[in-house]
Amino acid sequence: MRRRAVLGAIGSVALALASGGAFAQDTVKVGLILPMTGPFASTGRQIEAAVKLYMAQHGTTVAGKKIELIVKDDTGVADVTKRLAQELVVNDKVAFLAGFGLTPLALATAPIATEAKVPQIIMAAGTSIITERSPFIVRTSFTLPQNTLPIADWAAKNGLKKVVTLVTDFGPGLDAEKTFEELFTKAGGTVPEKLRVPLRNPDFAPFLQRAADAKPDALFVFVPSGAGSAVMKQFAERGLDKAGIKLIGTGDVTDDDILNDMGDVALGAITSHHYSTAHNSPENKAFVEAFRKAAGGMRPNFMAVGGWDGMHLIYQALTKTAGKTDGEALVAAMKGMAWTSPRGPISIDPATREIVQNVYVRKVERVDGQLFNVEFATFEAVKDPAKAAK
Amino acid sequence: MLTILFDGLAYGMILFVLACGLAVTLGLMNFVNLAHGAFAMAGGYITVLLMGRLGVPFLWCLPIAFIATALVGAVLERTLYVHLYSRPHLDHVLFTIGLVFMAVAAIDYFLGAQQQIIRLPQALQGRIEVFGISVGIYRLFVIGVCGALVVILQSILAFTRFGSRLRAAVDDARVARGLGIDVNAIFALTFAVGSGLAGLGGALGAEILGLDPTFPLKFMIYFLIVVTVGGTTSITGPFLASILLGVADVAGKYYMPKLGAFVIYALMVGVLLWRPHGLFTRRGAR
Amino acid sequence: MTSRHWEWVFWIAAIAIPLLFPSKLLLINEIAILALFALSLDLLLGYAGIVSLGHAAFFGVGAYAAGLLAKHGLTEPVSGLLLASAAAAVIGFLSSFLVLRGSDLTRLMVTMGVALMLLEVANRFDTITGGADGLQGVTMGPLLGLFRFDLYGRTACAYSLTTLLVLFLVARRIVRSPFGLSLRAIKGNRLRATAVGVPADARLVTVYTIAAAYAGAAGALLAQTTQFVSLDVLDFHRSADVLLVLVLGGSGYLYGGLIGAAIFKLMQDGLAAWTPQYWQFWIGLVLVLIVMIGRERLSAGARRIWARLARQHAGEQPS
Repeated sequence: MRRRAVLGAIGSVALALASGGAFAQDTVKVGLILPMTGPFASTGRQIEAAVKLYMAQHGTTVAGKKIELIVKDDTGVADVTKRLAQELVVNDKVAFLAGFGLTPLALATAPIATEAKVPQIIMAAGTSIITERSPFIVRTSFTLPQNTLPIADWAAKNGLKKVVTLVTDFGPGLDAEKTFEELFTKAGGTVPEKLRVPLRNPDFAPFLQRAADAKPDALFVFVPSGAGSAVMKQFAERGLDKAGIKLIGTGDVTDDDILNDMGDVALGAITSHHYSTAHNSPENKAFVEAFRKAAGGMRPNFMAVGGWDGMHLIYQALTKTAGKTDGEALVAAMKGMAWTSPRGPISIDPATREIVQNVYVRKVERVDGQLFNVEFATFEAVKDPAKAAK
Repeated sequence: MLTILFDGLAYGMILFVLACGLAVTLGLMNFVNLAHGAFAMAGGYITVLLMGRLGVPFLWCLPIAFIATALVGAVLERTLYVHLYSRPHLDHVLFTIGLVFMAVAAIDYFLGAQQQIIRLPQALQGRIEVFGISVGIYRLFVIGVCGALVVILQSILAFTRFGSRLRAAVDDARVARGLGIDVNAIFALTFAVGSGLAGLGGALGAEILGLDPTFPLKFMIYFLIVVTVGGTTSITGPFLASILLGVADVAGKYYMPKLGAFVIYALMVGVLLWRPHGLFTRRGAR
Repeated sequence: MTSRHWEWVFWIAAIAIPLLFPSKLLLINEIAILALFALSLDLLLGYAGIVSLGHAAFFGVGAYAAGLLAKHGLTEPVSGLLLASAAAAVIGFLSSFLVLRGSDLTRLMVTMGVALMLLEVANRFDTITGGADGLQGVTMGPLLGLFRFDLYGRTACAYSLTTLLVLFLVARRIVRSPFGLSLRAIKGNRLRATAVGVPADARLVTVYTIAAAYAGAAGALLAQTTQFVSLDVLDFHRSADVLLVLVLGGSGYLYGGLIGAAIFKLMQDGLAAWTPQYWQFWIGLVLVLIVMIGRERLSAGARRIWARLARQHAGEQPS
């Protein structure tokens, strides 16, 4: 730790020198704001690792400019995120703001992006409305309605009639709940009970007991990255699995990062999501292998892939503008961009600056002794349904 | 309904094992040890590491977690805490919060920030019917273990020489000293046992409460509630307070999910206004 | 140099630093807000002897009040600040009756309970407060109709520092008045104070209300200068942080909160820039070391200055 600290000190001195000096013209700074401590720290770790890996693989020079990464910890608290963004814009003159682990953090920063005309790349947060809050927001993660659509469809077509929803009580959770209920009831199903668990210090046991008492065919779950294992455990402990209740949800609940540690209780859970570590493509195999090597054996999850693609977007946009860092030009360059990510083919919708991507329906299975989300159906090029409805 | 009561009971039992050490520290030395949760976290992580890396069976991990955290507690007590007893409460708060921050960051550094998962042995998983109520086997196990602990602790306090010295020291440390009782030695031992119990509670509770580096901060509030509502003059006070808190929390979240933890905070404020020194404080004691 | 000069030096520095470090205005703004918040706790802890682990209750009420006022049309900052502060004072007055009695520990827990209950309420009424997503759409009008809240934080910083200075002067006036002295009497020995005719309960209710109004003003400043309010303003760690800050700077001489806030924020900011993942460890280590070395020894210097200052004012006894 001491060595790290010393390196950090040297780094920050170097940074201070660079920020004041004449290098400013030749460097492009990327401000990466993530929850690195606190309950959502795992999100920050995944994204940081992926971003650094991308930079290690693709070099730090783009269109003749040197890319410099500045990582800040917002501890998952929105007003800190906002101040850090403001400081990065004003003091460090960053050309990009990136990261944003949770919806409130992204929303709080939106006015800064608008006022400073700096592109804000959302690498994690998943509420639909985020991209509408500023014309400078571009998303490389996902939206909850996007990921909910396939599982609602699957549930209706596979004989599930009665589904209880259980979501975390904040933006993305409510998005997921609303989308699922709308689509599922339209397809003839019923949602007898909608449960909302608080974001901070959640205790799932009482809610799962309620769900069990409603005796549904399945339980639809959305929880933020990292909280899935607690749900899974309680699900089994309450005997919901034995009572024949299926566990379905968006892929957040069977987060690849912690899936393997969940054990047998997770087996058979059906989720729909835009990324699985087990996604079968050469791009993904290379990505997973490199990520594991760089991050001490950690599996990349959907947060990591959001960070990876966010960095790709930044690099490509800079190439397209030939190194010009004018915010409007950069966002214009990003619009309509398409590439093959480890998760499959993706593009940025030119109208909404929202990601368009394949969403896969997956089942948790044991492969070579480890648990994975194995994809078995694909919904191609899904646009955010919440925006399409408008 | 009865299932809720049962869950609340199990939850309360764990809270008691976690918090009883804190009650004794506070009652005996008037020391506000906010780092108590860090010992619990240590116990939880010891279990996770032993099971995950060395393949030690879960049941063996419990006593190891107890002994290891007790040792850590004893060492810290002798080297650091002992200098601070005479300081004002605010120093205790600063110091122990500092320890918590260090523990949180250190765990994060070495083991990562993600939720840790304990894989229970097959025999403790699943549910059984007891008198027509469906209960989790693990929760039943927890209630059994914690119940036994309560009985053991209570009998040590009530029937042994050490117990009577401890009670004397809690009631009035100055007079106890005057009678030739070595209060500091009693305290060191009690502190170690209290830390050990927290470690055991952490090991037992990881399954139900979850385990990640923010554990000591998350549950600090609960421990404090147990101690203030239960009072610090006996074991039964915190015990009953834990059960009450556990049941109220689980039932509150079941019947009024919208209000979340509002119920327990309201309950605590209510109790403290009615009985400022705790629900179960003996008359004449502090 | 006399103590009066020291005060001048302090405030000239407070005004000069933002001018010298224009890149740190946002941080200075946060320091000023935290300082005001700690000052409000000092009124309770340092002068009336009431400990609180739930002071964020009033900070949060002030923040939400200011945010909601701005969201629903009243975008003028100063009147918003006053109204938000008044709202916090009302809540402070109502809850003051809960802390009149009981030991330190009971008070800690009751104040904490009140703050956490407010947090749950704010989360519950998410249609009004925005719940866990935070209060969106807060836009402030220009300060005094002239100065827009800019991206660089110039207006914000000047606004917060001015508010801090004004409220500090008022606080100094309060603690030196007969009312302030009677509070010290109550803190020293409540029974004796009552015996000489000090209405202890009424005095404590008053000071609690005043402190709540101060905390509300701090909260309102945060809401107005960041134009955003989240549930976090009511969270437990806010109450704990402010207590740490005050203890760090030393309570009972008004400057403690201000100095503590500056030290705490600078330390946090510096360490977090240094090691974004593990800064908590070093903060923890600093806290532990401070206690081990002796907080008294560290803040003795500051206290001595205050003691001299108190002696200077004729007719007053240093307590």
